[in-house]
Amino acid sequence: MARIRLDHIRHAYTPELAKADNYALREVDTTFADGGAYALLGPSGCGKTTLLNIISGLLTPSNGHVRFDDTDVTMLTPEARNIAQVFQFPVIYDTMTVRENLAFPLKNRKVPADEIQRRVADMLRRIGLEKKADRKARGLTADEKQKISLGRGLVRSDVNAILFDEPLTVIDPHMKWQLRSELKQLHREFQMTMVYVTHDQTEALTFADKVVVMYAGEVVQIGTPEELFERPQHTFVGYFIGSPGMNLLPCALEGGAAVVSGQRIALPASIGPVAAGKTTELGIRPEFVSLVPRGQGIPVQIDKVEDIGSERIVRARLGDTRLSAVLDEDREIPAEADVAFTQEQLNLYADSWLVARR
Amino acid sequence: MEKTWNNKAWFFVLPVLLLVAFSAVIPLMTVVNYSVQDTFGNNQFFWNGTEWFKEILTSERFHDSLIRNLIFSGLILAIEIPLGIIVALAMPKKGFWVSVCLVLMALPLLIPWNVVGTIWQVFGRTDIGLLGYTVDALGIDYNYVADPFAAWVTVIVMDVWHWTSLVVLLCYAGLVSIPDAYYQAAKIDGASRWAVFRYIQLPKMGRVLLIAVLLRFMDSFMIYTEPFVVTGGGPGNSTTFLSIDLVKLAIGQFNLGEAAAMSLVYFLIILALSWVFYTVMTNAGTDKPVKEISE
Amino acid sequence: MLELINVSRKVGGEDHIIDVSLALDRGSLNVLLGPTLAGKTSLMRLMAGLDAPTAGKVVMDGKDVTGVPVRKRNVAMVYQQFINYPTLTVYENIASPMRIAGRPKDEIDREVRKAADLLQMTPYLDRTPLNLSGGQQQRTALARALVKNAELVLLDEPLANLDYKLREELREELPKIFAATGAIFVYATTEPHEALLLGGSTATLSKGRVTQFGETTAVYRRPDDLITATTFSDPPLNVLTVTKRGGRFSGPGNVDFAVSSRHADLADGPYRIGVRAHRLAFGGPHAAGFDVSVALTEVTGSETFIHAELAGRPLVALIHGIKRVETGDTVHLSFDPADILVFGEDGRAVSASAAIAA
Repeated sequence: MARIRLDHIRHAYTPELAKADNYALREVDTTFADGGAYALLGPSGCGKTTLLNIISGLLTPSNGHVRFDDTDVTMLTPEARNIAQVFQFPVIYDTMTVRENLAFPLKNRKVPADEIQRRVADMLRRIGLEKKADRKARGLTADEKQKISLGRGLVRSDVNAILFDEPLTVIDPHMKWQLRSELKQLHREFQMTMVYVTHDQTEALTFADKVVVMYAGEVVQIGTPEELFERPQHTFVGYFIGSPGMNLLPCALEGGAAVVSGQRIALPASIGPVAAGKTTELGIRPEFVSLVPRGQGIPVQIDKVEDIGSERIVRARLGDTRLSAVLDEDREIPAEADVAFTQEQLNLYADSWLVARR
Repeated sequence: MEKTWNNKAWFFVLPVLLLVAFSAVIPLMTVVNYSVQDTFGNNQFFWNGTEWFKEILTSERFHDSLIRNLIFSGLILAIEIPLGIIVALAMPKKGFWVSVCLVLMALPLLIPWNVVGTIWQVFGRTDIGLLGYTVDALGIDYNYVADPFAAWVTVIVMDVWHWTSLVVLLCYAGLVSIPDAYYQAAKIDGASRWAVFRYIQLPKMGRVLLIAVLLRFMDSFMIYTEPFVVTGGGPGNSTTFLSIDLVKLAIGQFNLGEAAAMSLVYFLIILALSWVFYTVMTNAGTDKPVKEISE
Repeated sequence: MLELINVSRKVGGEDHIIDVSLALDRGSLNVLLGPTLAGKTSLMRLMAGLDAPTAGKVVMDGKDVTGVPVRKRNVAMVYQQFINYPTLTVYENIASPMRIAGRPKDEIDREVRKAADLLQMTPYLDRTPLNLSGGQQQRTALARALVKNAELVLLDEPLANLDYKLREELREELPKIFAATGAIFVYATTEPHEALLLGGSTATLSKGRVTQFGETTAVYRRPDDLITATTFSDPPLNVLTVTKRGGRFSGPGNVDFAVSSRHADLADGPYRIGVRAHRLAFGGPHAAGFDVSVALTEVTGSETFIHAELAGRPLVALIHGIKRVETGDTVHLSFDPADILVFGEDGRAVSASAAIAA
């Protein structure tokens, strides 16, 4: 296990692209702590897979260095880096049994036979495939195959890190729950450094201690799920995390209040000053928008109420700005209502970046 | 995948069915007809029962050709399949050289059989042929017209030159269809080059290898034109394979009944051996799904 | 109206579809919900006429179309993979079915522009699919399906290959687009959440059978049986085995609570009850509850998933807000006895729970 240091990493796929300043990764400079669970989250094309491949050694970055603890591994091959990787589609050795699949990386490393047997038996138990140990791997279901891929990584107790490239893509929703929680339990037991690439916020937030949100080749924010939810550093994070994403209301500032479509909304006193000439927006999560009787809040026009089972999503308009609110399943929704915002959860953005609090 | 029922489809298939009937079924029935009769000319036929079959099956000449042909096909498979795999593995997977290699590989396949024979007949001559002259100059006594061993070597080298490309192309198609993730995973698992071949490439090539083995077996077992052009079945009978023998029997000696019986036996042998190859190779576990055990 | 009447399909002795009867109205959106291999694609193929049923009838607007091949039916399909003509522009891609039908040029132009506008593809009409994002490629395929003016449009997990956020956007737009056409839409998905967001009607599938068909929220809130309830729950449904004696439900895992007035009329005896994850609350606001030992917690930023085991079965609770509980801690989870789904031992919902307002 190791701490992963990404030291000013930049990457362009060809020298021509680099010359045109067309970098797939603009600049990433961060450290993943030993034993931490990290998720790289972002839309397709944001550079998250590029970054993962740089960590695994399948790609050599155009600039910068990758260090595992204090060893510079930038130029090392994947096998020399001693990492494990789980891919989007389960990679298994078709002709081998489940047991042989798990033993394969150990055999290749000339681990003594009795040691292999002990570790494989232990891993079979942990991934719940004891009963199918001597079946050919190709006859198994997608989630079982993915468990084998995972087991092949974990069976080598000495790996520096385990990398996941959207590992739940081909798994059914019900199995996703099970696999995800098993993965977390395994992380807890083995305390390995894990890096998990996904575009699915639920997967990222539930898996990781720290989520790295990426956009257009850059890291926009690294934070705990809580931080990303409550204090998105950038409007993109607000939009990307949460379903529906954060409401963003263009606003003007007037004393200690934001003015949205002529309505004054008082801001928390701790929100810092904003330099003149910046575009300002008020951010509020739909979860922190509530409906109050007419005349007690900010008047809005309710367009639609979506019943999505456990919750209701109210789609409304404040002047010309669209606004969503998430309400509990059982709450009555009047046809005419005002909205109220939880003041402490208001965020102010200047030129898309969060205005810091004092 | 299942298709929808559609009566119109028969209309389109009919011409092919008729063609196959005329070109395969009717001649085959004619052969069956000949094989159970005897004739002394004048278009007069006599019922001969299974006599021709008994004669063929006990004929030493037939046994010799059959064994010769089995050895030939065995050698061809033993050389061309591994060689084809090795060449396919060595070929580049992307970039400019892919198309160059593919075109080079396809070249021998584009040459008509009899031309291949003629090329090698000339190539192997010690007076004007480059190969024959070179080997001779090295002090090796090489004369495919007189020496059975030289004749065999020539015929086999010729076939390898002509047909290995087919195995290469099939294997190559199988190899490029393997997703990159498999190679990456193998690297990460610390697999050796051999292990990658044994556990990823070979299983994934299973299907195409089966096709390659079947095609090369059937083709080599029916080989006629090339040895006929180069050696004419000689020296002696040393390169007289089944089909050459058959032609000698049918056209040379005009022994129609015996030749017909022989073609049928020949046909059944190919069918049986192909079936054996197919069953053995699919059972050896290329792609057969394991039955789920219900719990 | 498309009707399937007692439709079955067997392939090589294996049942793919078993005795399905469905009636789908014009202008309706119908979701087929079920895990992989439940028969969603098989059922769609029967509706389209790509396969013929081995038993039963397919009736379109009162006319028996059983066995009429797909070419003679007016059907459009959209698949999980983005299927477009790679060398044609978006405009030509959308126009292709009308060109094949030999429609006049000005009509084609009008329809293409209308569909492109509806799917927000107007700026990209001159591009080829290779220069589009995944979301735009799928929008192109959808537009093509729409201009065909088909009476039946089948969508087989059309959003599965898209990024999370793109899915969210398209999901919100799709019902509007569907409403604008008037065809019968059938939409297959593995995700309960997606079915709820789309609304319309839902048919839940399990092992080749349609277990229930009705308005989406009605099926979600009042499942006819346990299989339907399980299929239509994400996170997975928590199922407890209990016995009713007098005014109390009790069962393994120290489950013991007073029967709500809603279920007071039930006969004494064994039952299975389903409690959806979001119905479980942290601590004891409700009368009914139990203590569990926490196996794992997942925090999404605004919510916490608590995974535990109750009487040997996995259990998951979705709690509002962030609860820091450690693995191994014992926590009390409670629920309102009126909010549960009650099933008989045979898995059928008991009549009283039909009145549930859950």
